[in-house]
Amino acid sequence: MLDDLRELYQEVILDHGKSPRNFRDVEDATAHAHGANPLCGDQLVVYLKLDDGKRIEDVSFVGKGCAISVASASMMTELVKGRTVDEAKAMFERFHEMCTGEDNGDDSTLLEDDLEKLNVLSGVRAFPVRVKCATLPWHTLNAAIDGKDEATTEA
Amino acid sequence: MSDTAQAMPTANDTAYDVLSYRSDFPILSEQIYDKPLIFLDNAASAQKPQQVIDAVRYVYEHEYANVHRGVHYMSEKATEAYEGARVKVQRFINAAHDHEVIFTRNATEAVNMVAGTYGRRFLEPGDEIIISVMEHHANIVPWQMLRDEKGLVLKAVPVTDDGEFLLEDFKKLLTPRTKLVAITHTSNVLGTITPVAEIARLAHDAGAKVLFDGSQAAVHSVVDVQAIDCDFYVFTGHKLYGPSGVGVLYGKEELLNAMPPYLGGGEMISTVTLAESTWAELPNKFEAGTPMIAQAIGLGAAIDYVSAIGMDRIAAHEQDVLGYATQKLTSIPGLKIFGTAPSKAAVISFSMENIHPHDIATIIDRAGVACRAGHHCAQPLMDRMGVPAMTRASFGLYNTRADADALVEALEFTQEFLG
Ligand SMILES: Cc1ncc(COP(=O)(O)O)c(C=O)c1O
Repeated sequence: MLDDLRELYQEVILDHGKSPRNFRDVEDATAHAHGANPLCGDQLVVYLKLDDGKRIEDVSFVGKGCAISVASASMMTELVKGRTVDEAKAMFERFHEMCTGEDNGDDSTLLEDDLEKLNVLSGVRAFPVRVKCATLPWHTLNAAIDGKDEATTEA
Repeated sequence: MSDTAQAMPTANDTAYDVLSYRSDFPILSEQIYDKPLIFLDNAASAQKPQQVIDAVRYVYEHEYANVHRGVHYMSEKATEAYEGARVKVQRFINAAHDHEVIFTRNATEAVNMVAGTYGRRFLEPGDEIIISVMEHHANIVPWQMLRDEKGLVLKAVPVTDDGEFLLEDFKKLLTPRTKLVAITHTSNVLGTITPVAEIARLAHDAGAKVLFDGSQAAVHSVVDVQAIDCDFYVFTGHKLYGPSGVGVLYGKEELLNAMPPYLGGGEMISTVTLAESTWAELPNKFEAGTPMIAQAIGLGAAIDYVSAIGMDRIAAHEQDVLGYATQKLTSIPGLKIFGTAPSKAAVISFSMENIHPHDIATIIDRAGVACRAGHHCAQPLMDRMGVPAMTRASFGLYNTRADADALVEALEFTQEFLG
């Protein structure tokens, strides 16, 4: 019991949950999207600033959520900043696989360091109802990249 | 149903054999994560005693066929059992006639039925409906849909910070245009028991009909629809230790007779020609198609079960556990209880400083304690209380002070763990 819980609520996650990074809005954002988890009512907004080359110049979020969703959003902003949107999407895909246990083990598209960071949150695998908490920020980022206003975990 | 405050513990727990009742519920001896199950999510749905499980099984093994259709033995047996369940419900809520009891899928369908038949037929543009801010979505959304369809006005009675129904504000919202008042009898989040008899009297004085959502009240208290003098009363079987898939709409005979049917089809007609049809008598008019036969019979068994213990004794026992749990929880630093009305049922919603309800629920679950976290299908109430979500512990006839202790211990562990 405790092992699963410790795996989920690792120090890093608790730290990001309590003091989230990039927890602000981006004034000159080029895109933003709303994310909502209809199950719990949690909401967040992800702001995005892309440069001409489709690189993520700045990214941030605001909102309320559980430790898992806030930590996931916080870590996501750190991970994707400075990356191209295609790289961000590849990370999301990989992260989604990790969280749902559909890990195909193909790490070739991602850097070792990124994988390690993503892996921190993959303890959520043992808590199926909480997977959406971890993936909601990424769904929302995806929506912002695609120019959509809304994302839900049902998507 | 008494509207007055039930003071602190009144239960004589020696007379209430909770351990024996617990042993009637097979699921309560399940282990989860190698720990005994502490089930505190009864407001969402309650567990089933062996008597209900056996009753449903008995139907399929010994008396199953379609109801009201066959002249053969099995159909007659099934019809008898199904109609017998209706009489049990009638007695349980003290309705004047058994045909005032309509079986529905759940409480949600019962509210929709009133909106879709009474509301559609008798409400005119500009007419007003009054609900409260502490309604379950099941008693909000159908009225919003009706409002949008018919051009009605929908108003909500506020609550105090303690979660008390503001009767004075309700009086002010009543106007000659008020046609329907739809209020919960007991809040599924705050536990608040509303002054239903008073609400009904005021509504009637203003010329309005009144519906009470008894989904929680029917589980925690004695309900008497004639004493309350309500026009409609709804509740749902699965929270009352019965099967899922069956609920109840009670309506006064004259109203049900005046209302058009909800669904059209078999069972609900008197005669059908290709040109037109005439409606069956109550209750069949509102029970189109093959009903939830075994579930209704199971609900009847659940009513037998709680009645044998006594709803008043169940209520007293739950009040004892509620008082004990409230006191224990209050001693946890940073814990805030939402809903402290003097008259309240055994439901405790709370928040803990700096810990999200979902994290609480996940962590205490691993200690074997099942609680619900989220908006509890009452988002307007979450807005009123200024939080996006709450954790809720809700108690049933089989819960004990020891369950409350286990909850408190699990919450203290949560604080430590996330500390
Ligand atoms: C107060 C209240 N009303 C209505 C409902 C809806 O019940 P059901 O989902 O069985 O229709 C519930 C339970 O979820 C409830 O607690």
